[in-house]
Amino acid sequence: MNIESFLTAAVIAGMPLLFATLGGIMSEKVGHLNLGVEGMMVMGAVMGFITSVQTQNPYLALLSAMAAGGVGALIYAVLTISLRANQVVTGLALTIFGTGFTNFVGQSFVGQIVPESVKTFFAPIAIPVLSNIPIIGGAFFNQSLFVYLGYGIAVILMLYYVVTKVGLNARMIGENPGAADAAGIPVALYKYINIVLGGMLCGLSGAFLSLVYVPSWQQNITAGKGWIAVALVIFIGWNPVKAIFGAILFGALDILGLRLQAAGIQINQYFVDMLPYLMTIIFLVIGSIRTGGASKGPKALGEAYFREDR
Amino acid sequence: MFKRGLKKALALTLALTFALTGCAQSGGTTQGKPSNEVVATENNEKNVKAGFIFMGPVADGGWSQSHNEGRLAAEAALGIETLYKESVPETQEVEKVARDMIDQGCNVIFAASFGYMDYIEKLAKEFPEVTFFHCSGYKTAENMSNYFGKIEDARYLSGLVAGLQTKTNQIGYVAAMPLPEVVRGINAFALGVKAVNPEATVKVSWTNAWYDPAKEKEAGSALIDGGCDVLAQHQNAAGAQQAAEEKGVWSIGYHADMSAVAPNANLTSAVWNWGPYYIEAIQSVMDGTYTAESYWEGIEAGVVDVSPLTANASAEAKEVVDAAKAQMLEGTLKAFQGPIVDQAGNERVAEGSELSDEEQLSCDWFVDNVIGEINQ
Repeated sequence: MNIESFLTAAVIAGMPLLFATLGGIMSEKVGHLNLGVEGMMVMGAVMGFITSVQTQNPYLALLSAMAAGGVGALIYAVLTISLRANQVVTGLALTIFGTGFTNFVGQSFVGQIVPESVKTFFAPIAIPVLSNIPIIGGAFFNQSLFVYLGYGIAVILMLYYVVTKVGLNARMIGENPGAADAAGIPVALYKYINIVLGGMLCGLSGAFLSLVYVPSWQQNITAGKGWIAVALVIFIGWNPVKAIFGAILFGALDILGLRLQAAGIQINQYFVDMLPYLMTIIFLVIGSIRTGGASKGPKALGEAYFREDR
Repeated sequence: MFKRGLKKALALTLALTFALTGCAQSGGTTQGKPSNEVVATENNEKNVKAGFIFMGPVADGGWSQSHNEGRLAAEAALGIETLYKESVPETQEVEKVARDMIDQGCNVIFAASFGYMDYIEKLAKEFPEVTFFHCSGYKTAENMSNYFGKIEDARYLSGLVAGLQTKTNQIGYVAAMPLPEVVRGINAFALGVKAVNPEATVKVSWTNAWYDPAKEKEAGSALIDGGCDVLAQHQNAAGAQQAAEEKGVWSIGYHADMSAVAPNANLTSAVWNWGPYYIEAIQSVMDGTYTAESYWEGIEAGVVDVSPLTANASAEAKEVVDAAKAQMLEGTLKAFQGPIVDQAGNERVAEGSELSDEEQLSCDWFVDNVIGEINQ
């Protein structure tokens, strides 16, 4: 098995997971568990694809994928923030809705391929010097622009949470919305903005699948990747930069079985499919033992906040 | 308090509405329009209204779409009214859907997925006046037939193309599940390869998923990185075609003509063509000549075929395929004719005989030029 081609494939397989995980982090950091990741991904995938076919313009394709994910997240936000609906139920409903919506609008595009101009735009570009590093250079730094966008967003998001005031405010809302409210932070506004931005990232994740990974339209293109991302958010401990490595690791696990088979080593694909989840469980257990049961996640995760309940 | 309760109720209703509209859009019963106004009763024929039940969406670009095209062909040719329901899971749901269709006046039901079998058998007992057709199963009753096509014929022909095309003598095969249906397809393909290129091997990669575009593509890429320069597939999406297109090698499609997905890679595709069978089956009910049967025919019945070879394939390949297809139509060439040797070197079929239908249906071994294992 060629290590470099394996790593290159792992980075590509990890990218949809990275965007979706970053989207999940943005939502969870303000205390909202959004199980609609899969739905927002697949909506972004179909809208990005349709726009790329209709306009041949990669920028518009990315924008409409973000818009689709954002609209999905907005529905979720209205229901869970303003109407205080159960986050789990709403998230699941969003996934079901997103899948149905996508099958509906994507029906007439099945089997079509991404236009050549958009494909060229997303073709791998080697970064000078860095791409010459043995083994990892080509895998990490000779990739599509879309992949670099993923690295960039992860780093920006990390800075957002660590050094910017608005990022710290957002984290505070996730930890203790009551205290944040008392400090004069507009809780609902922050939640809306962060959740919708998170939805846009999920939309981009879908667009990566339909525009770069499988550059043609197939129904149910996400095939459960959104759920892996939900697990990955916990696995990487809500840390955007760790998300890059976590996503690539999970991407590697995703393709490991297929690569081993091609190299003549027989391994049961079901076993390999289980590994990401198994690793998440093991990490949860280890993390829980190390911290004595305290979760690293935002304290107010999953709780609706209503000022008059205080 | 009341206001909050109201808000909760509103939120729940909204969530439910989203969930329900999502489902309805992906699979509402859609009434097909009769495209021909001929009234069947003119010739003393039985009036037929046919209901079709599909496992995937009718635009899946594969299995369900091929059946839906057959439905449309029957509608056009016979001027009958049809109903269909897509994305029906292989559960109790199929019973509900079939009952609903019978309520709406259907007297012929086609159920196009293996897992519907037991439910259809039950319904056949309950509704003796309705004629049932079940695809890819093995049960029959007085008013229930099963039907399937020998895609192996088309697999064999596409194997000829792959065997002539490969330069590295390594051919990849992205396969879904280690079931007899898939295994005998791989064997037929490998026998086709062997007939024109005894040096070449067929390397199998299992995805354990019928439908997962990204995973199928990744399996294809892995095979190409391992040295394969032609990819075949037994999957419902076209991921392997994309992998071949991207890496500049060749591919062979399945279910439908996949040349549009990979214009620079696709050589040909093994395709289903259900129209002739559906027309024949419905006609037999209309004429009153229907008898229950197990229909399992190949290329000579027109139910399977290879799509026209693209410009990516050589002129020689076209000649070889045309000749082999002509022999198949005459009955002088069979996909599974001896000698056939398995991976362990045992002779499974002797020279001059062929693999029986029963052995094909339970096939659990690979021919000797296949690399891969069935029981992992």
